[in-house]
Amino acid sequence: MTSINWPPADKRKLIGKRIDRVDGPKKSSGAAKYSLDINRPEMLYGKILGSPIARGMLKSLDTSKAEALAGVEAIHVMKKVGDPINWAGEEIVALAATTEEIATEAIKLIKAEYDRTPPQMDDTDPAKGEGQKRERTDGMPDQGFKDAAFTSEGRYGAACITHCCLEPHGQVSAWTESGMKVWPSTQSVSGVAAQLTAASKLDASKIEVDCQNMGGGFGSKFGPGAVGAVGVELSKKAKRPVKLLLERDMELEIAGNRPSAYADIKVACDKEGKVTAWDSKSWGSSGVGNWGAPPLPYVFQFANRSTSSQGIKVNRGPVQAWRAPGHPQRCLITMSALEDLAAKAGVDALEFYLKNLDAAPENLRSTYAEELEIAAKLIDYKAKAHKRGDTTTGPIKRGLGISLHTWGGAGHASACNVTINPDGSVAVNIGTQDLGVGTRTCLGIVVGETLGLPLEAIEVNIGRNSYPADGASGGSTTIGGISSSSRRAAVAALDQLLKKVADELKITPDKLEAADGKIREVEHPDKSISWKDACKLLGQNSITEQGKHTAGPRTELTNSGVGGVQIADVSVDIETGIVKMNEIVAVQDCGLIIDLKTAESQVYGALIMGVTYALFEEAIYDPQTGRMLNPDMEFYRLAGLSDVGKLRVHMMTGDKYESRGVIGLGEPPVITPGAAISNAVANAIGVRVPTIPLTADRVLKALHSGGVA
Amino acid sequence: MQQKTPEAPSGVSRRAFLRGVGASGVATGLLTVGFPDELQAATDPNAPIGPGEIKIKLSINGEDREVSVEPRTTLLDALRNRLDITGAKKVCDRATCGACTVMRDGRPIYACTALAIDSQGSKITTIEGLGNPEKLSPVQAAFVHNDAQQCGFCTPGFVVACTAMLQKHSSPTPEQVRLGLGGNLCRCGTYAGIKEAVIEAGTKMGAKS
Repeated sequence: MTSINWPPADKRKLIGKRIDRVDGPKKSSGAAKYSLDINRPEMLYGKILGSPIARGMLKSLDTSKAEALAGVEAIHVMKKVGDPINWAGEEIVALAATTEEIATEAIKLIKAEYDRTPPQMDDTDPAKGEGQKRERTDGMPDQGFKDAAFTSEGRYGAACITHCCLEPHGQVSAWTESGMKVWPSTQSVSGVAAQLTAASKLDASKIEVDCQNMGGGFGSKFGPGAVGAVGVELSKKAKRPVKLLLERDMELEIAGNRPSAYADIKVACDKEGKVTAWDSKSWGSSGVGNWGAPPLPYVFQFANRSTSSQGIKVNRGPVQAWRAPGHPQRCLITMSALEDLAAKAGVDALEFYLKNLDAAPENLRSTYAEELEIAAKLIDYKAKAHKRGDTTTGPIKRGLGISLHTWGGAGHASACNVTINPDGSVAVNIGTQDLGVGTRTCLGIVVGETLGLPLEAIEVNIGRNSYPADGASGGSTTIGGISSSSRRAAVAALDQLLKKVADELKITPDKLEAADGKIREVEHPDKSISWKDACKLLGQNSITEQGKHTAGPRTELTNSGVGGVQIADVSVDIETGIVKMNEIVAVQDCGLIIDLKTAESQVYGALIMGVTYALFEEAIYDPQTGRMLNPDMEFYRLAGLSDVGKLRVHMMTGDKYESRGVIGLGEPPVITPGAAISNAVANAIGVRVPTIPLTADRVLKALHSGGVA
Repeated sequence: MQQKTPEAPSGVSRRAFLRGVGASGVATGLLTVGFPDELQAATDPNAPIGPGEIKIKLSINGEDREVSVEPRTTLLDALRNRLDITGAKKVCDRATCGACTVMRDGRPIYACTALAIDSQGSKITTIEGLGNPEKLSPVQAAFVHNDAQQCGFCTPGFVVACTAMLQKHSSPTPEQVRLGLGGNLCRCGTYAGIKEAVIEAGTKMGAKS
């Protein structure tokens, strides 16, 4: 029997190499079809009217003029008169028309009146906290503060941001003879149908789901949501296919956001820079829902600590998981407070982290130590580091900032079929999705590696709920799930084939292996038959085997728990307050890497997303009306190509890391850039800019309170 | 008549882009090309067109295509909704992100902010006109090779903008890259790969010319 375990490093032909993504040619030539690109015969275009008020009640609604407009084929009222409204943009009415232009015009003809209540929008004032206050004390924080040589206090925070997926939320919905087919933009192909049964009044088994490509999710596309459900309703009413995806303003206003988080921190250390006590009072808002505030501190669990946290309700749309939920905010607050303390104690930041690693999780201490050393070398830390506040003359101040992070990344539950056909062709069928991370490519690599075949020989089929169910892609769980289930399926299918060949050769199957497009004897590699000839022995019957991965922290193929370190190098113009990225270095562990090229892309992408939320991104709400003031891409700013500076990525490889098995990578590297960049700015200008994004006005305001200006 | 976009000093900056869009937007009432029987207004340049649909002819990727549009239909909606040419994407829908970039007479424009009727008489090139999965253009191949794409939704816009830039400057300076690709945005964060792809494709294209 073939071993389930990953092949050793010297035997790997595909795993861990730099391999082009298999769907790259379709994407770069415009041939890849996304939900927004699906056009069907007789298809209608849907639009939604969102509430202009953030809090109150729907007082009256008149859709008659919209209904009367030629070309409007279906209207679905989503809020009844008298229903409460809790955030601006909340869906009131949806309609479908023969053209997008008519649908847009029809929305304007709907007359809705509202009773408005002043919304609560302020999430920066801890006095507004409500609901359960989580409090905890470990060790003796009071004594720790008494024994300390240095104490630092500060307020830190991260404003609310949105996902800003380039492909908006929504789907195309169409009735078929047997039920319904939907093309959703989703992170959960296998989970969509069950969430559309209420709207369609169909059994989940009658709903066919197809998502071959999706234009970004980042945690916000686990379910079809109200927009998907109302698309189904409209399609049902009109008996025609309906394309309904949100327009950009609604995408930014209601399709999900990342909670804000703020904290007052008091932290102390002894003369050498070893932390003796931590105290934090944190708050933040996840919109109208109240999820509390993320726990502190992050990574470092100091022996003496007291923490309390409480949520604030504000009238903005519901939060959705945002790539590494809670972690970027916790990381920013913790690492900012720690580097402020290090600066006060006169201890170099790198030294400070190394000194306090005993408070980090035990299994990651040596990883962090190695990564800190590599990152410091890559950015030439020793030559560039200086004490807080760049004392050189001129308005441009330069600084370095460090941060570190952790994430779980265990594989989700997954089932996968591998079929070997008598003609030698191989197919992988799995109800997963590729969010752009390289899932298709990694499936091909795992199965190709297992069967000793090149990547091109493997047909990878994903994106349909008719394939074996795979979990939702969130929390960096996909690669663990799919690499394990596909490896198991491929091994089981291969063993069936080896049995056939062994019978033919009158030897036992354990004497055979698949390699280099052949089935050969392990002891006598020159004794072999080609893959095609081996498959001919199957006669008329294909082999299909299913592999299953059960969710959990550790299997023989997968693991969880990674560490990463980043160091940022910035320049700040103290006259304009503008922060410029010079460089950011990421050193990342993720266990065994399947495709080095797409893995590195994940880290590069995370760094860029991190620069974006550190410097530019903020969902700004009008305190009076509760409307988002920047629901467009001109003022909801994403970093452009020239804003990100030099990026360097170093992946931790070698047996120490790879022997742990496969671990997810999507979330970890996006956690740290905010903290590293904020620390770098503080190092440059000599004063902390308390909240991100580090916009020019915030930098100038901080400089007014001190620093090098 | 065709309004020309003002020349940018090098490549096409977004600001130049926006000026171009504004200038072409006023040309609506002056159309004289198209189908005389459909466009009775053609005899009187001041008479309004529409508000209903009219048939126009667009030259797309070297092919003449007839399409029925309203005067307010954007070039992007005409391509995507009426001709099923969906490579150019609708993202910001207001000339910020560049996902809808196509070439009009060799120059990159935001198709979300150009009217379809204004594009008559011009040669439109979309991402599909540059290559296909079996026969990639040098820029498309370089995007694959350098993994300059993740979810891929911004990719067609970047590939078109990049192609237009490299046709002008095969070995662009960082400033030319900033201007030439500064009007495109990516959310997944593929800029590192795009920068590499620019160098690789530029080298290939420079060697050919």
